[in-house]
Amino acid sequence: MRNVTLAVAAIAVMVVTLTIVLFSIITNATFTNTIAQITSKISVSAYLKDTTSEVQAQNLVKQLKQQPEVHKVVYLNKQQALQSYIDQNRQNPNLITAATEAGNPIPATIQIYPANLNQINEIKVFLVKPANAQLQTSDSPSYNGDRKQAIDNITHATNILRRIGAITVIVFAIICALIIFNTIQMAIFNRRDEITIMRLLGASTSYIRGPFVVESAIYGILAAVFSILIINSAFLASSSALQASSLGLLDINYANEYFDAHFWQLLTLQIGIGIIIGTVSSVIATRRYLKFKTK
Amino acid sequence: MILLDRVTKTYSRDMGAALDRISLHVDPKEFVIVVGQSGAGKTTLLRLLTREERPTSGKIIVGGIDYDKLKDKDIPLLRRKIGVVFQDFKLLPNKTVFENVAFALEIVGVSNREIRHTVPKVLDIVNLKGKENRMPRELSGGERQRVAIARAIVRQPRILIADEPTGNLDPKHAWDVIKVLEKINRYGTTVLLTTHNREIVDKLKRRVVTIQNGKIASDRANASYKV
Repeated sequence: MRNVTLAVAAIAVMVVTLTIVLFSIITNATFTNTIAQITSKISVSAYLKDTTSEVQAQNLVKQLKQQPEVHKVVYLNKQQALQSYIDQNRQNPNLITAATEAGNPIPATIQIYPANLNQINEIKVFLVKPANAQLQTSDSPSYNGDRKQAIDNITHATNILRRIGAITVIVFAIICALIIFNTIQMAIFNRRDEITIMRLLGASTSYIRGPFVVESAIYGILAAVFSILIINSAFLASSSALQASSLGLLDINYANEYFDAHFWQLLTLQIGIGIIIGTVSSVIATRRYLKFKTK
Repeated sequence: MILLDRVTKTYSRDMGAALDRISLHVDPKEFVIVVGQSGAGKTTLLRLLTREERPTSGKIIVGGIDYDKLKDKDIPLLRRKIGVVFQDFKLLPNKTVFENVAFALEIVGVSNREIRHTVPKVLDIVNLKGKENRMPRELSGGERQRVAIARAIVRQPRILIADEPTGNLDPKHAWDVIKVLEKINRYGTTVLLTTHNREIVDKLKRRVVTIQNGKIASDRANASYKV
């Protein structure tokens, strides 16, 4: 490569592009994981009156399992519900003492996990039917609706980020392709005499084009490695300097784990994208210059 | 070997035809000299043969290849069958004599072993033995032109086109180049030579085609220079 500045510019822009691609992939995976984690904790709880018999309870569980909007049903009898309450409040012995000394005030509970967050209301409608409502305490059913709002917010933010990520990647890929295009055109310009002679001696287009395409593909590979190194350093910096486990909505720990677990796939993907951007733009650049200019 | 049938080449309507209904037939192993003043159409004729230009009308057949049926992607294959020598040599300045000649073989995928075997033989034919490792800038004009001839014949083409190969050379070096062309012709290669050099034409006593204003003014065997 005769023009070092142009080559460095081409690699630099490709590094930026590939880093954005990599960041988008990791962010997307992390948000998807966060949403899945929160979603899995959302449930509707039906508290059963102490007068409701075990048979009635099992019957209700059976009916619930048949509802299409229900993903999973967990039944806790009074004893299991108390144990669950104790487990959840280990940090607060006063609550535990109050519950155990009062002779188990915790009602038997049916936890219903929806197949889809938007179907929570339908589960609630089913539970408040008179036949079902009479088996439950007055404050039943209860569900953690505020979490649904949180999930909606994250989903919304993720969708926006995905779109921004996709647009940014496309814009940078185009800039990147244009710069490589120019770099290769400059390289061809520098070697135009040699190319003319090659042409007159009967060199095929692929023979002349080969070195330029390989050169661009090497830019792609270098840029891919640099982008991986940048993201890797970013994780190292965030875990050691910031001591942060999350950055706003972004769960850094999970992102780091995801990066480590998928390191080779991500590296391969980056190299693949780098090679594609490099070769496609150089093939187009050389195509324009290597046409037979016979009139 | 070379057939042009009523070939016309017009670059623009205002300029008139660079070549006007030219018909020419060259037999295998012939040595033909094309003469004419600057701008007469000699170079256009050669550029049509190497397919750097397309004719506006007329038919060209070289070595059995009909140019009407030649696709762009097959142009490299055509050029591999024709050796071309240019007035300005067109050598690669960063390559040695050996590498410049080897280059013509490399681009068609000849093995390194074969290249090491063939190139010295060809350099011997053009009397450049012992100068394999020189750079073009270290050679005289005549030597450079002989490197260019070596490069043109190393693939053993059946036709050699030499476009004013002596144009930039003094008389002694010009004769060296012409002798090499005669030698190649004796080996069986058809040679088409354009020149301005009256002395060369007169001494060679070969078929002479004279082009004037884009037309063939005369076509004579064993002829002398007459424009």
